[in-house]
Amino acid sequence: MTTSSTRRWSLGRYLLPIYAGVAFVYLLTPIAYTFTFSFNDAGKSNLVWRGFTLANWQNPCGAPAVCEAVVNSLEIGVLATVISTVLGTMIAIALVRYRFRFRATANLLLFLPMATPEVVLGAALLAQFLNLRVNPGFTTIVIAHVMFCISFVVVTVKARVASLDPGLEEAAADLYASPSAAFWRVTFPLLLPGIAAAALLAFSLSFDDFIITNFNSGNTDTFPKFVYVAATRGIPPQANVMGSAMFLLALLIVVTGQVLAARRRRAAAAAGM
Amino acid sequence: MTAALTAVASELGGREAEAARRRSRIAWVLLSPGLVYLVLFFVAPVAVLLLVSFYERVPGGAVGQTAPAFRVANYSDAIVEYAPQFGRSLLFALIATVLTLAIGYPLAYVIGVRARNRPLLQGLMLVLVIAPFFTSFVLRTIAWKQILADQSIVVSVLKALALLPADARLTATPFAVVAGLTYNFLPFMTLPLFASLERLDVRLIEASADLYASPIVTFRRVTLPLTMPGIVSGSLLTFIPAAGDYVNSSLLGTTGTSMIGNVIDARFFRVVDYPTAAALSVMLMAGILVLVAWYVRRAGTEDLL
Repeated sequence: MTTSSTRRWSLGRYLLPIYAGVAFVYLLTPIAYTFTFSFNDAGKSNLVWRGFTLANWQNPCGAPAVCEAVVNSLEIGVLATVISTVLGTMIAIALVRYRFRFRATANLLLFLPMATPEVVLGAALLAQFLNLRVNPGFTTIVIAHVMFCISFVVVTVKARVASLDPGLEEAAADLYASPSAAFWRVTFPLLLPGIAAAALLAFSLSFDDFIITNFNSGNTDTFPKFVYVAATRGIPPQANVMGSAMFLLALLIVVTGQVLAARRRRAAAAAGM
Repeated sequence: MTAALTAVASELGGREAEAARRRSRIAWVLLSPGLVYLVLFFVAPVAVLLLVSFYERVPGGAVGQTAPAFRVANYSDAIVEYAPQFGRSLLFALIATVLTLAIGYPLAYVIGVRARNRPLLQGLMLVLVIAPFFTSFVLRTIAWKQILADQSIVVSVLKALALLPADARLTATPFAVVAGLTYNFLPFMTLPLFASLERLDVRLIEASADLYASPIVTFRRVTLPLTMPGIVSGSLLTFIPAAGDYVNSSLLGTTGTSMIGNVIDARFFRVVDYPTAAALSVMLMAGILVLVAWYVRRAGTEDLL
């Protein structure tokens, strides 16, 4: 029995990682392409390879519209992330820790924005803004992004709240901590990894959003919108530089975090011994 | 004696009720800012959309001018005119969902189960699934367009190897649009699957093997049911945005592959026909909600949030 099952599992042992490797190639091919063409000595359009240059990386704001759009995207991303993470975390704590009426309604209200296609969300918000005679622009983009990020924050943080032992907060209360001290000194630090994951998710959703943004942006450009609009007349290589730089930066930040966490785990294990 | 007991009981009950009231007050303080936000910027806009979907355009009026009305024909006209785009949206989204599941499940299994004892490798693989977001999916879709273009290296090699007929093209086809959708929504499928598989207790798989179940039976009877929540939320997170997407079909397809999102976008911005755009949006939202409700009930996971 062991031999046959071992052999069958070993087939799976090599097949699966190979399959995953192919999937990663698929995922990363367009990024490799974008990265490569960020070094292209492109003239007007960045479609054919015309020689290697570092000029685009040395002067990423050579196409000023690219820089402006990236700055807008970063500002919108940070604002939308902070607001949606605060609102969503509060909701997640209430949903797990407290009983209240209309719970089903609250759950439905949180689920519906996730179950609505972006084009509908975008069209509905624009109809509302036109109705209220609000000119779409920077502020309306932030409002829209917070709206679609809240539900994702709630889902992410809720999982973390649910995995916490409520006994810890009770223990803090037994040790004469006030409810607010118990929350900030015990519960909140334990929730932080979940909140950080939610914030990262919210930022990436906001930074990468095109459809809802396109409906509610007026004349304001975000990075994805700039690229989409520029696609018809040729994308400047600086856009490739920005896309690649953001990818590398995200990679660097998360990998550093991972390495630090691994080092802390090892230190904790050593201390435990 | 009884009177004293009743007094004590009611005093205690009062204190308990007081505590319960305080807790529910805290709950509402925590909930209301976010929920009010959603009412203002989700519920109200959808209500406005519903209202506008019955309006009529003013003949000879200014661009985009509408008048309040109850014109149900907006719906029937739209469905007659755009039935093919509706059908295509649902079909493309369905194929893309099945493909992302086929690619994402083994990928998530490797990350969540095989790499479990190597946190650094696991973290790195997870980042590689998420990080593409930061390159912007529009830029990546355009990269695919270039990679699959008629004169590109990939296409030339495929043609030289006779894997592709000499006159075939990959861009501007339904194939390219579905491939683009599959590519762009793969992370949305992989992450929920990973969340499910990460928690999978491998001892159950070992137990199943000890009880002489073949790997296939083990997968069908143990692994699959345990990871059903991940499959359900992954397919919803893929199917819903894919059905409303218009970026892939406008960058990788032609007018012959246009989806309902393309029509809504064009009706809104090029034709400036708000009532039709609104009616199409309402139908898309309603159609998807019906499908989601049916799917969730069939899959037996009521607890999505």
